[in-house]
Amino acid sequence: MAVLTVEDVGLSFAGVRAIDGVSFEVGPTELFAVIGPNGAGKTSIFNVLSGVYRPQRGKVVFLETELLGRRPDEIAAMGLARTFQNVELFHNLTVLDNLMLGRHCHFGYGTLSAIAWFGRARRQELEARARIEDIIDFLELAAWRRHPVRLLPYGIQKRVELGRALAMEPRLLLLDEPVAGMNLEETEDMARFVLDIRDELGIPIVLVDHDMGLVMDLADRVLVLDFGRQVALGTPAEVQRDPKVIEAYLGGTA
Amino acid sequence: MTDTRSTAKAEVPDTPAGRSRRPRGRPLLYTSYTQDMALLDTRAKKIWTGLLVLLALSLSVVLADRSLEVLAGAYVLAIGAIGLNIVTGYAGQVSLGHAFFVAIGAYTAAAVSGPRGGEHLGLGLAEIWIWLPAAGLVAALFGVLVAPLATRLRGLYLAVVTLGLVFLGEHVFKEWDHLTGGPGVGREAAVPQLFGLPLDQDGFATKEQQLYVLMLVLLIVFAVAARNLARSRIGRAFSAIRDRDIAAAVIGVPLTRYKVLAFGISSFYAGCAGGLFYSISGYVEPGSFSLLLSVQFIAMVLIGGVATVSGAIAGALFISLLQPITRSLPELLPIVSADTTVTPNVFQVETVLYGLLIILFLVFEPRGLFGIWIRVRTYWKSWPFSY
Repeated sequence: MAVLTVEDVGLSFAGVRAIDGVSFEVGPTELFAVIGPNGAGKTSIFNVLSGVYRPQRGKVVFLETELLGRRPDEIAAMGLARTFQNVELFHNLTVLDNLMLGRHCHFGYGTLSAIAWFGRARRQELEARARIEDIIDFLELAAWRRHPVRLLPYGIQKRVELGRALAMEPRLLLLDEPVAGMNLEETEDMARFVLDIRDELGIPIVLVDHDMGLVMDLADRVLVLDFGRQVALGTPAEVQRDPKVIEAYLGGTA
Repeated sequence: MTDTRSTAKAEVPDTPAGRSRRPRGRPLLYTSYTQDMALLDTRAKKIWTGLLVLLALSLSVVLADRSLEVLAGAYVLAIGAIGLNIVTGYAGQVSLGHAFFVAIGAYTAAAVSGPRGGEHLGLGLAEIWIWLPAAGLVAALFGVLVAPLATRLRGLYLAVVTLGLVFLGEHVFKEWDHLTGGPGVGREAAVPQLFGLPLDQDGFATKEQQLYVLMLVLLIVFAVAARNLARSRIGRAFSAIRDRDIAAAVIGVPLTRYKVLAFGISSFYAGCAGGLFYSISGYVEPGSFSLLLSVQFIAMVLIGGVATVSGAIAGALFISLLQPITRSLPELLPIVSADTTVTPNVFQVETVLYGLLIILFLVFEPRGLFGIWIRVRTYWKSWPFSY
């Protein structure tokens, strides 16, 4: 049974067709990659999935529930987490607070309980803190726990953003260019984390990236987009051999 | 060696995690999340906060009644400033309408506590534990009604709309004589009566001493509540909306609900501050709730420190204690008049001074008095070394 089913989604901005009839499925422990040249509609698909954009047509089913028409926070509460291409962390907060914010949906106490810091609020905060510590261990963030995020190096910020998404205890993780702008060492670290998330935590992942080497090495299946249209869908080996893919990337003779 | 190891082992079941004492001189060694997440997370903070509260309490005996009245007013304004800091500092929704919510609180309190069937609207419920929550709740209701604007507008646009509230309020309060007594006349304010004991008359102690202690206790309650709120999921959600609202929504923070909540809580604080502030002088005049009052609150937050509770308190004390100084200007500088009809007068000088202070702080220390305190603290931490 697929975790995520996207069917014939179409999104246009005043005549510009950002996504034009894209369909795919993501399996329960699949590492699914979406690639394509700049402006192909990769990030637009993520924005549709997380509720930021509303497509004009199509269907998106996540864990047997229709996603389209729901608010971003409702979709997040259903267990869909994502990271952003440009780091979108809460810059004035510490790493700890950023990760705690990832657990926002998992708290069940109200305003009055928070003000009194008693009973439920206190218990849940302590429990959440212990959970966050596991993520800090997992992503090797211990050295930066109390640093405001804006002071951290870019590579670490990317990792904190991944941590925030993991803190949501997601049932599907969308990673938008997790290794963009990283050096070789940081890229290898991130690749290791991505594989660990899939293999140890068992979370299915949809990955967008421009690093072809990384995508072809990690992904189970790859979807290739160009100008919002689906060019190819298959295993990395199949996709690499596909003449339409080569044409989209290198420019064709036609 | 073996001895210490065995005793250490034996101790483990007796001391549940979190209760164990921290070794001396290791203020940052935490052995449990309870210690780590405490409001006063180091021994130094515990001791100094305790001393500060003791000092504030002992001032009620030491200081003259006139000074106590000024300080009591400052504490109440601090409650209002904490409220503004919740919506503007933590949640990042700039509000120039704080004076409006203060006014709602002041008039609700006055109307609830005022004598029934008198010259002005009154329900005759003088007990403070009735009119204070009433003042807060009515103001919060107005805050919640205004909040949907904040979900549509941002930054400057929101500031301008909330500014409109102040003008709207000013007009209504000037015209509604039965509630407010009208401009230049005013009405009696809420009576601070606690379990049948009128605190605005000399009883156990002088009137000023009673009011001073009351306001101090209330300030501590409101400040601790705000600190708790700030470190909870709610405070974190506010900061998330301030820093990056789209990302906040995508991780599961419902933007509209939290903006409404921020305005509601902030207005609750403002309403309580309004009810309390005028009970000190015993008199409310509708002209008090002008833009100047809103600007004063913004000055308190910016000068004290944005998104810090202690900063808001420091800012409120700073601005309030500035007033007695500026009010004594006419004696020192004959050009400055105490008469509002003459230019330049004290009130104009005050307004200019607030503006000037805001500019100076924004340029030289945007973190406000709180930032200065952090710098002093880090300097002495490493003293006599420069790094």
